[in-house]
Amino acid sequence: MHYNNNASLVKRELLIRMIRLELEGRLEGGIDRVPYEMTCEPGYQPIRVSVYHDRSILKSRMVARLGFAVEGYVDDGTSLAPLVRAAAERPAPEGPILTVLDEACNACVKSQFLVTNACQGCLARPCVMNCPKKAVRMVDDKAVIDKELCVNCGICQNVCPFHAIIKIPVPCEEACPVGAISKDEEGKERIDYSKCVFCGACMRECPFGAMMDRSQVLDVLRRKCEGAKLAALYAPAVAGQFRAPLGKLVAALKKAGFDAVYEVARGADITAEKEAHELAERLEKGEPFMTTSCCPAYVETVRKHVPALAPRVSDTRTPMHYTAALAAAERPECLRVFIGPCLAKRKEGIDDPLVDYVISAEELGALFVAMGIELGEEAEEIVEAPAGQGGRSFAWSGGVAAAVGARLPAGVPFKPAKIDGLSKEGMKTLRAWADGAHEGNLLEVMACQGGCVAGPSVIANPKVALMQLKKIAEASGN
Amino acid sequence: MDGEKLKVIICSGTACFVMGGSELLLLEDELPEAWRGRVSVEAAPCLGSCKDRSCGRAPFVKVGVEDLAGATMPALLALIGRKLGETLGG
Repeated sequence: MHYNNNASLVKRELLIRMIRLELEGRLEGGIDRVPYEMTCEPGYQPIRVSVYHDRSILKSRMVARLGFAVEGYVDDGTSLAPLVRAAAERPAPEGPILTVLDEACNACVKSQFLVTNACQGCLARPCVMNCPKKAVRMVDDKAVIDKELCVNCGICQNVCPFHAIIKIPVPCEEACPVGAISKDEEGKERIDYSKCVFCGACMRECPFGAMMDRSQVLDVLRRKCEGAKLAALYAPAVAGQFRAPLGKLVAALKKAGFDAVYEVARGADITAEKEAHELAERLEKGEPFMTTSCCPAYVETVRKHVPALAPRVSDTRTPMHYTAALAAAERPECLRVFIGPCLAKRKEGIDDPLVDYVISAEELGALFVAMGIELGEEAEEIVEAPAGQGGRSFAWSGGVAAAVGARLPAGVPFKPAKIDGLSKEGMKTLRAWADGAHEGNLLEVMACQGGCVAGPSVIANPKVALMQLKKIAEASGN
Repeated sequence: MDGEKLKVIICSGTACFVMGGSELLLLEDELPEAWRGRVSVEAAPCLGSCKDRSCGRAPFVKVGVEDLAGATMPALLALIGRKLGETLGG
């Protein structure tokens, strides 16, 4: 789906309003008014049947922003205040990190092909002639598809000279590269967590915003309020999310309440260094190739769907982990908050004891807006211990392989290849590598097409973000 | 009005970015051939419109003397077209 869409904007507005109330110490008392305030402007156009239904759904969306699962939540007319208190008291964030809002789920019709009235009932009728299941018939001079017989092969659509046949997809199912989403008996979507790789594609693609992540931003704000010290660990992609140099981003993060700021690109430099040596060692031992391991959705994909590839996945830890280790050694008094564009990192954060919280680039943006922090107006700080060009290149497709290649010991042959996005096509390539059909000795895999700059929780248009990131990386040392 | 370029100022402040304004910075790639050379595009730090609710919603763009709130690429292109039409039609 296009980055600029109303479902994303609604989510961000909810975040901004929730954070603002929290900072003013009015969240418990004010949260119930948010759905009204977001829909009370004159000329408000209801998305659903009525404004009251919209408000009820906004209220349920707030449950996920508070960090809870919405399955099982019923809007019984009571206040959200008890959930605010429960959020404040929970000791640590919990999984699963995704949650499905049935009330918002459109229960899209099962994926199907449909003949539109552009059908001319032509003489050639290739749809009828070429359907392998004889599911297309002519009724009153128009083609009609028999749903009982149709197997959704799409041949009729391809052969229609008038483009009269359309496919009505189920966007979340279509987006899921591993078939983890399907309908239950009532037609609502369910995520099978034994298959889900937390890539966030469903969340990005659902036009009704029914696939939601569970925020941890409130937890972070509460810890701060209770006097905890916080370290921000910002992912390489975050540097491209605001139109400001790194020094201003660092200043803004400190103003927002972080006591220490770590560039995860530093951890990425460590990852690249270790992967370069690991690759050299593996090739020396006669292994055919190695794959990168920094994308947690990819690693989860191998674990759950392509286990044959597991021995080829680098054992090197991720940039998040190494940066968290740096922060733990230097500033042990700080809670470590990873900030990134990625959904799967939230899962990785729950699993990694060195990481306390994971918030998204969207949530960071909402925090800045709620606090009235304007990055451009911040005094530029000197970036202490700046990361190198390689580490800062981890956010785009091809950047990780290039960083590893640049650190490879002399004499080691370097044949990089990449999978740019775990789409259904990307999954095919991945399986082909597992089956031995590979061209290259280092396979870089990123679940999001374009890399982390196109992650499911970014703010900036990936093209715009990439231009800025490349400029920053090019101006960096080695 | 010959020689006078239509000035488009895109706010790249934090609130505008958070509300989806970053893609407006790609405006120059989207301008029709015939409009190029007649429009000057610049990105500005926060224009301050987000601080005043009566201005409408972020993201904001200034097209000549006019302010566009809740800007999207299609809305921005439409406004520029209208402005250019006015300028040309005299």
